[in-house]
Amino acid sequence: MNLFEQIRSVWKIIGRNKVRSILTMLGIVIGVMAVIVVMSVGAGAQSLILNQIKSMGSNLVGVLPGQADEKGPPASAMGIVITTLKDDDIKALLKEIPSLTAGTGYVKGAETISWGDQKTDTNFTGVSAQYTEVEDAKVEFGRFFTEEEERASTRVVVLGSTVAKDLFGDQDPLDKQIKIKKTLFNIIGVMKERGTSGMQNQDNQVFVPLYTAQKLLLGIDYISFARFKVDNAEDVNSAMEQMNVILRDRHKIDKPENDDFNVRSTAQGLDAIMSITNALKMFLAAIAAIALIVGGVGIMNIMLAAVQERTREIGLRKAVGAKNSDITVQFLVESITITLIGGIIGIILGIFISYSVAKVAQQMGYNWDFVISISAIIIGCIVSVGVGLLFGIAPARRASLLDPIEALRHE
Amino acid sequence: MALIEVVDLDKEYVNEEVVTPVLHGLNFKIEKGEFVAIMGPSGSGKSTLMHILGFLDKLSKGKFVFDGKDVSTLTDDELAEMRSKSVGFVFQAFNLLPRTTVLENVILPLIYTKMSEKERMSKSKAALSSVGLDHRLQFVPSQLSGGEKQRVAIARALVNEPAVIFADEPTGNLDSKSGLQVMQILQELNEEGHTIILVTHEKYTAEHAKRILRIRDGELVGDEIVNNRQIANGAKELIK
Repeated sequence: MNLFEQIRSVWKIIGRNKVRSILTMLGIVIGVMAVIVVMSVGAGAQSLILNQIKSMGSNLVGVLPGQADEKGPPASAMGIVITTLKDDDIKALLKEIPSLTAGTGYVKGAETISWGDQKTDTNFTGVSAQYTEVEDAKVEFGRFFTEEEERASTRVVVLGSTVAKDLFGDQDPLDKQIKIKKTLFNIIGVMKERGTSGMQNQDNQVFVPLYTAQKLLLGIDYISFARFKVDNAEDVNSAMEQMNVILRDRHKIDKPENDDFNVRSTAQGLDAIMSITNALKMFLAAIAAIALIVGGVGIMNIMLAAVQERTREIGLRKAVGAKNSDITVQFLVESITITLIGGIIGIILGIFISYSVAKVAQQMGYNWDFVISISAIIIGCIVSVGVGLLFGIAPARRASLLDPIEALRHE
Repeated sequence: MALIEVVDLDKEYVNEEVVTPVLHGLNFKIEKGEFVAIMGPSGSGKSTLMHILGFLDKLSKGKFVFDGKDVSTLTDDELAEMRSKSVGFVFQAFNLLPRTTVLENVILPLIYTKMSEKERMSKSKAALSSVGLDHRLQFVPSQLSGGEKQRVAIARALVNEPAVIFADEPTGNLDSKSGLQVMQILQELNEEGHTIILVTHEKYTAEHAKRILRIRDGELVGDEIVNNRQIANGAKELIK
């Protein structure tokens, strides 16, 4: 009996036990589907993060306060406040390193902003005048503040497009005065819409000069982080080295292990984030794989029951000339067919769900790629066949070793 | 040359060191074209004998020569090969595959051979035709009467053109009329040249054969030609 005939006769057997076959398949369907969805959604989320970071520009260098940690996120990203990085450091770096074309420190806070009766809760960001150059941000109406205004701690504000819409609707916000933390600020500009970048909605915030934010709104003298633009990508590494040297000198640090700052390029940040998301993806895939194992145990259970139930059939097949190997192959083909069909259904459902997730995310304005790798599909197929083989072998062997006489007498 | 030759055949079962003798010192020959009944009370070992002769079981001691070839020490796969090529079985309980058509049930022995699809189909149809079931090809066993089921089983036993057909209490589950039909078919097959070995505990059924081997307590206690042979006649007309 050749394999093709085995498969055909197994089709008939499966057809005769439709409900049971479908229920058995369900475990594999869910398992494979989960693996596909996890891999695809994981890749999609990764693409989202990558796109976010790429949208900030590839020749950016960031300085964060606190010790560097190559593998994980910096301490400041975990909510620990470190006060060692000052705006003077930033200004010094800009002055001494010619390849840095622009740079700004950042401070951030959240506040209720009001204009007359209109109120909105939003973030304010204190930056220097070079912010627009560093982040390639464009002003839609009016202008961004100048370095003079920054130095003089002027009470001027530039609105993000969402904030402008929330507070003013169709009215022109320019030269109006809004209140942030009981202080009046003069609106000098509205930013052009930017969407999300760096995992943050760039439009739902307002910009005030750095010193103004530090002194008037936050009462601090440090900055949370800084970003610099390097004139071209080849200069990024040398610029970073110079930054390290200058900052160590300014902070009186003798060796790199004692650094209280951390200079990273976007590429390094990318690597760090990728390593985290990869680990997360693997973890989720491992959980999904458990579903597959549970499905496999279900297969074994059903196949053992099938051997029991079809003992007479096995006896008869042997009596009319089936070899032990014919019986083994029959049961293996049956379990593999069930798992493979389940696997294919799981792949199709998984692709469908991943596609829906990607579409919904895109509808919500995220830069989310729909990624289905061929390897995920191949892995899905191989794993489902493997599960059928692995969990089918014990029942198949049991069937093949039945004594035909005993089997024929079986009630 | 005898088709089947059994010399000093012993069979014992060993279960957890306890030896149970079943057959002891059997000697007989069966020629091609014979119709032999193996008769004995239940527990006499007649079924075990049939299983050995039908390559379903192995003997413990002695010699079993089939068609000139010593088959006493075959492996499992070789036994399967012999079952596939040389013997056909008709069981008391029919043993048809449920939810499987009559035609597919009859094809079953052929799927373990290298025969082409077309040949399998034509042989199976011919076998079913010879037992008068051409009109039931696509029926499933649950739609058939007991007699029809047993005729399907006979067709299945015939389909691989075996050297011997074994019938183990073939009328045991049937009413007398259906039983008669089955016996008539077996007699006709024998007339056509098939060797048939019938296993039964009933004298009346055994007397449809031409020769009776009597087994009691694992030993051959009689080997006689049937003088007043029962002929199952006319029953076949009822089929059609």
